Amino acid sequence: MYKVGIVPEVDASFLALPRHELAEAALQRAKDLGASFAEFRLERIRSESIALRDSLLESATDDEDLGLAVRVIHNGTWGFAAGVALTKDEAVQVAEQAVNMAQVSRPINAETIELADEPVYDDVTWISSYEIDPFSLPRAEKVALLTDYSDRLLKAEGVAHVSVHVASVHECKYYANSAGTSFTQQRVRIGPDITAYAVDAETGRFDSMSSNVPPAGRGWEYMTGTGWNWDEELAQIPGWLAEKMAAPSVEAGVYDVVIDPTNLWLTIHESIGHATELDRALGYEANYAGTSFATTDKLGTLKYGSPVMHVTGDRTAEHGLSTVGYDDEGVAGQQWDLVKDGILVGYQVDRRMAKVNEDLLGTPRSNGCAYADSSGHIPIQRMANVSLQPAPNGPSTEELIGRVKNGIYIVGDKSWSIDMQRYNFQFTGQRFYKITDGKLDGQVRDVAYQATTTDFWGSMEAVGGPQTYLLGGALNCGKAQPAQSGAVSHGCPSALFRNVRILNTTQEAGR
Amino acid sequence: MTTAIQLTPQDTIERGLELASAEGADGCVVIVAETSSANLRWANNTLTTNGAMRGSSVTVIATVGAGEGTAAGIVGRSSVTDASLSEIVSAAVATARSSSPAEDARPLVDGTAGAGWDEEPDETSVSVYEKFAPALGETLKRAGHENRWLYGFADHEITTVYVGSSAGLRLRQALPRGFVTATGKSGDLSQSAWVGAATRDFTDIDALAIDAELTRRLGWATRTVAVDPGRHATVLPPAAVADLTTYLFWNLDGRDAFEGRSVFSKKSGGTRIGDTLSEQPVNLRSDPHLPGLETFPFAVARSSGRSSSVFDNGLTLTATDWIRGGKLEALMTSRHTAELIGVPEATPDIENYVLSVDGASGSTDDLVAGLEHGLLLTCLWYIRMVDPQTLLLTGLTRDGVYLVENGEVTGAVNNFRFNESPVDLLGRFTAAGATVPSFSREWGDYFSRTATPPLLIPDFNMSSVSQAS
Repeated sequence: MYKVGIVPEVDASFLALPRHELAEAALQRAKDLGASFAEFRLERIRSESIALRDSLLESATDDEDLGLAVRVIHNGTWGFAAGVALTKDEAVQVAEQAVNMAQVSRPINAETIELADEPVYDDVTWISSYEIDPFSLPRAEKVALLTDYSDRLLKAEGVAHVSVHVASVHECKYYANSAGTSFTQQRVRIGPDITAYAVDAETGRFDSMSSNVPPAGRGWEYMTGTGWNWDEELAQIPGWLAEKMAAPSVEAGVYDVVIDPTNLWLTIHESIGHATELDRALGYEANYAGTSFATTDKLGTLKYGSPVMHVTGDRTAEHGLSTVGYDDEGVAGQQWDLVKDGILVGYQVDRRMAKVNEDLLGTPRSNGCAYADSSGHIPIQRMANVSLQPAPNGPSTEELIGRVKNGIYIVGDKSWSIDMQRYNFQFTGQRFYKITDGKLDGQVRDVAYQATTTDFWGSMEAVGGPQTYLLGGALNCGKAQPAQSGAVSHGCPSALFRNVRILNTTQEAGR
Repeated sequence: MTTAIQLTPQDTIERGLELASAEGADGCVVIVAETSSANLRWANNTLTTNGAMRGSSVTVIATVGAGEGTAAGIVGRSSVTDASLSEIVSAAVATARSSSPAEDARPLVDGTAGAGWDEEPDETSVSVYEKFAPALGETLKRAGHENRWLYGFADHEITTVYVGSSAGLRLRQALPRGFVTATGKSGDLSQSAWVGAATRDFTDIDALAIDAELTRRLGWATRTVAVDPGRHATVLPPAAVADLTTYLFWNLDGRDAFEGRSVFSKKSGGTRIGDTLSEQPVNLRSDPHLPGLETFPFAVARSSGRSSSVFDNGLTLTATDWIRGGKLEALMTSRHTAELIGVPEATPDIENYVLSVDGASGSTDDLVAGLEHGLLLTCLWYIRMVDPQTLLLTGLTRDGVYLVENGEVTGAVNNFRFNESPVDLLGRFTAAGATVPSFSREWGDYFSRTATPPLLIPDFNMSSVSQAS
């Protein structure tokens, strides 16, 4: 555990809910109906959204989603049901619905469901690392801070409009299964988004510049300077925006690029994070999120990238959005390799996939990647924090830029898109700087980079040192049907790539 | 364990309004949403997951005077009981009291009890698949025997929304929503096809017919041809047109346009309402009462946003022409933003649309029959904004791109990444078919009430090849 300083406690109002009684009633009913395995979740997710538009409060909501869920294995078939009333009768009824769902589904199930073993954790508690629960503060105090941030930008020359949005989540979960594991878990996360807009009244051209702040598994302290230097960034955004508005349009072509971690995290998410999800590699997402080129026959041999590429999966990084004590199948958080020395060496799995693919994976244990985004949804394999490791004693960002004669330095994330097998991707960013003879040479605009995953990572000549490392991430990764939203972090250093295709987006639009 | 009393939606609203009044709120809106859903998901010719879920949420919007304006406090909770309702209302009133005046504040929409107010929520269950599930099982077995792989998802949900306010509104509306999407792959996984359809009750969904269509499309891939990127004559079927049009629809925000940060902003300031977007007689229209595409006939806003306002809850939604005869007629507004941008009345978001071309007839197959050389798409995927100035979108083709030669599909080709603007496409298409109910591959799970025509684009921009298959 990495708890130091302020250590929060599990919210007393959640502990006051009859979690043990509800779980006992549901699990007993499932057992009585013949389920060979059953698990129960009680989840309460509080979420707050505050939005300002040009320093005026546009919207502020305070929501709570509270409910219970039961999943069973009955005659070798999954059954899942969820309800909202926190009564024993409801818990029993939901267990019955889950068994009924398994029975209805039995004729179209061709696989006997079995789960990988996991040690039993008896009534344990885990709390994520944060200092200030965003829900403990008066709304007015939070709005006042955001108004100040907005005002600073709005008063700057050249800024026509400012949008500010902060999403805060406080997640409490109680899990119990028929094998004897039970845990209570509390996680807090926050996602700020601040964007300044400029409009050229003569030409009608407009553009924007967003903060590079990533969402994080932190509390409101994040908004006041712990983990992010707001004063410095807010002072710089108007200048960055003005320079972008005056910047020349990029000349399309092939360039060497240095990518800042504020941009590279998203490329990792799309081209490595999703591609190393075993459910995708096995085809379970073929009808929706897609599959993966990194199929199981390539495990241990696929040259994913250059030898400097070392990518890990973890559910343990402090302030990681995917960090947990235990996943939604009662598996403890872990860390493992996905790509080592440029070779595909691992996947993200849940207990069913771990059992079926035990020989392939070389381990009988799940690495703990099951997650459901609410009590109303079934746990599926979701992404761990997937991170590109820095080079020990590696170069600074400036040193990486210094190795480039004619290139582009890319900062901040914006547009992203990748194909259904995670081959072909295209990304834009917030800022693009021309690199001439190893030095930054002013911004250019209308830039997108486009590549095939293995070509791109194969062209990675160098990764920066730990001093360039940043934990990026997203609150809203979508997957599965019914669609679920997941929060996940990706750490990475700055990195240098050779011969990357750069598009001019204005030309792409045919103008 | 204490026994919590679950209130009916009507009692929740009446009690909530009473509590708000007792707390000193000047106004209050209570929204109750009851949902039930059931789903089946399959992959690799077997069931993978399933679920039967129920949900219930209560949103309390309390308003109080704040200086010369009105402030709002919004609190939403699920699993509300008689005991927790008073806490929610108190929290909403307290939040309103501590807030500054809301920019979008307007008098609450007044009214009386509407049709069906006293009725219980409608519900669905796994029994909705009574006919579909056995037929699906048959197709999964058949695919196994024929060396094909099937993947898919069937979802049915009913949401019943109740809206009550201190201004007298008592509205209820139940909305069913269902869809099935199915992907077929060849035994060696090198070829892929997709079919999707929306439904209200699954009585019109034929699993065997879906499988037959997937099989037909996989048959087109007997011959494969490599095609380079570039600008190609391309037939977009209704699903692909919906993929692009939905993104356009979501960007019809009046305030963004007025403030100069949208493709619908006029260079000289203000919006492009009145501008010609296309020389073709294109129409984009929403109407909550469209047969087969029925949606909520009144505004439901749990929070204020670009073109929505919590003060507009209950506002009657009427048919709106966004584009008529190629001309931009309206952009989405709340009562507040309508005033802000200077249009005579609010035109709020409506959760459906119909894209049509006057005089167009025929099907996708007819457009293919008229094409000498080009491509036929199935659907588009991972569509994201590249440049809001032009509404330039990027994305990929998916699950079937076919070569058309002399009016016939003659083989399957590789996938592509595209960069295109749906606004530009409305001005560039050279042929269109009849508008039919459609299901967007990218957005249909969330936004399924669409009708679109197939379109022929003479120069669709395929930026690069995707190796995905």
